[in-house]
Amino acid sequence: MSLQTALSIEKLSFSYGGKKALDQLGFTINSGECTLLLGPNGAGKSTLFSLITRLYDSHEGQIELCGFNVKQQTRQALAKLGVVFQQTTLDMDLSVMQNLRYHTSLHGLGRKVALQRIQQELERLNMYERRFEKIRQLNGGHRRRVEIARALLHKPALLLLDEPTVGLDVPSRLAIVEYVHQLVAEEKLAVLWASHLIDEIYPEDHLIVLHKGQIKAKGTVDEVLLNTGTTSIKDAFYSLTQGEQA
Amino acid sequence: MSFLHYWRAMWGIVGRELWRFVTQRERFISALVRPLVWLFVFAAGFRAALGLAITPPYETYILYEVYITPGLIGMIQLFNGMQSSLSMVYDREMGSMRILMVCPLPRWFLLLSKLLAGTGVSILQVYVFLAIAWFYDIHAPWQGYLWIMPTLLLSGLMLGALGLLLSSFIKQLENFAGVMNFVIFPMFFMSTALYPLWKMRESSVFLSKLAEYNPFSQAVEMIRFALYGQFDQQAFIYTLAAFLIFMAAAIIGYNPSKGMMVKKGGAA
Repeated sequence: MSLQTALSIEKLSFSYGGKKALDQLGFTINSGECTLLLGPNGAGKSTLFSLITRLYDSHEGQIELCGFNVKQQTRQALAKLGVVFQQTTLDMDLSVMQNLRYHTSLHGLGRKVALQRIQQELERLNMYERRFEKIRQLNGGHRRRVEIARALLHKPALLLLDEPTVGLDVPSRLAIVEYVHQLVAEEKLAVLWASHLIDEIYPEDHLIVLHKGQIKAKGTVDEVLLNTGTTSIKDAFYSLTQGEQA
Repeated sequence: MSFLHYWRAMWGIVGRELWRFVTQRERFISALVRPLVWLFVFAAGFRAALGLAITPPYETYILYEVYITPGLIGMIQLFNGMQSSLSMVYDREMGSMRILMVCPLPRWFLLLSKLLAGTGVSILQVYVFLAIAWFYDIHAPWQGYLWIMPTLLLSGLMLGALGLLLSSFIKQLENFAGVMNFVIFPMFFMSTALYPLWKMRESSVFLSKLAEYNPFSQAVEMIRFALYGQFDQQAFIYTLAAFLIFMAAAIIGYNPSKGMMVKKGGAA
């Protein structure tokens, strides 16, 4: 395995009872790559995220984060992972600072380093001056910014984003899309981004189209367009998922 | 993974829970109102109805209020344990539990830290309750107030572990009412919290046996003896064993490979 491989998935399958949710998935994501995971509702995106974060466990296939097997070397693997879940996971009654300090303590960062990193991440997102405000007082876009800042505090190699822009207004959404792509370009972060919004895709991104638990297409945007014989991602997506909504 | 990492994480979890409790004034007050109503109203009403013989650890005739004080301490911890379990189900539904579960520490340690945090909150509640009870002329020897600290830690952990175990089974918040009816109330009423075993035996031998083997009774007795500077070894061992069993089952319940999370198809 190359040193730059942030996420490697091989022959991964998962079932809920008798119902197969994921079927023989396999792909890799390297550092400095932003991979968009597209799929209609029920395609298996959330299940895949739950397996990568080890909220679920699969008996078939394997997942490695920076070379660490998620099942056997769970703690080393999770230390390399930053996650922004679809639902907000901030404590509404605590301040931005308290939420972030909670996260740094879970990752074992000392006070000095923690405060430094919090300042750095919040300043990059123009949120530092709001650090003592309660989460409840922030709007949806600002809450998402705090969650992204939190996911980066322990310097992960892979950032998982589970539809982080759902419910946000257009400017907030575009700001987040731009910021994440900037992180990929400048910090060489690897990103796996579950999305159903095609306009969040940049030309240099990689795509994985998931449908009914199977990968229907993967590669760069150009490769997917070429393989599907289409001229737009929207058309490619529809042809791969028989017209279902993303 | 260093010791310092574990230490910081545990303090992060405990500190967050304590801070939330202190800042949520309604929760603080309602946690105190319940046992105080029992002490001021229920106990006053039952004082005349129930005659109590002299039984250890008491060395003289006591008022009913004095008898039920350890039971009400147990009640505080029982409800607190269930409250924690309720908030775990809520956190799981709302997703904030995920942040805890994806941090790079063993799951048993995270669950234990959560338990310690809940127990810390319940101990705070107990001492405030005892302070109010003191003004109501319910006095224990001063050593008793120190002695109960370790027993409160163990009983709080045991009841919290039970809550944790239940939370691994409860899929939705709505099902929590069932837990109230099937776990909390039988556990509380079928115990020595409100009446001594010998009194219960007069009415039903079967019920008194159930009460005797109820871990909550054992926790209450452990607290009762500790409050008077005595050590009830049997109650201590029983409570410790119950804690270990509940905790082990809760850890299995939250294990992504074996636990209820997978069977239910819902993430932690």
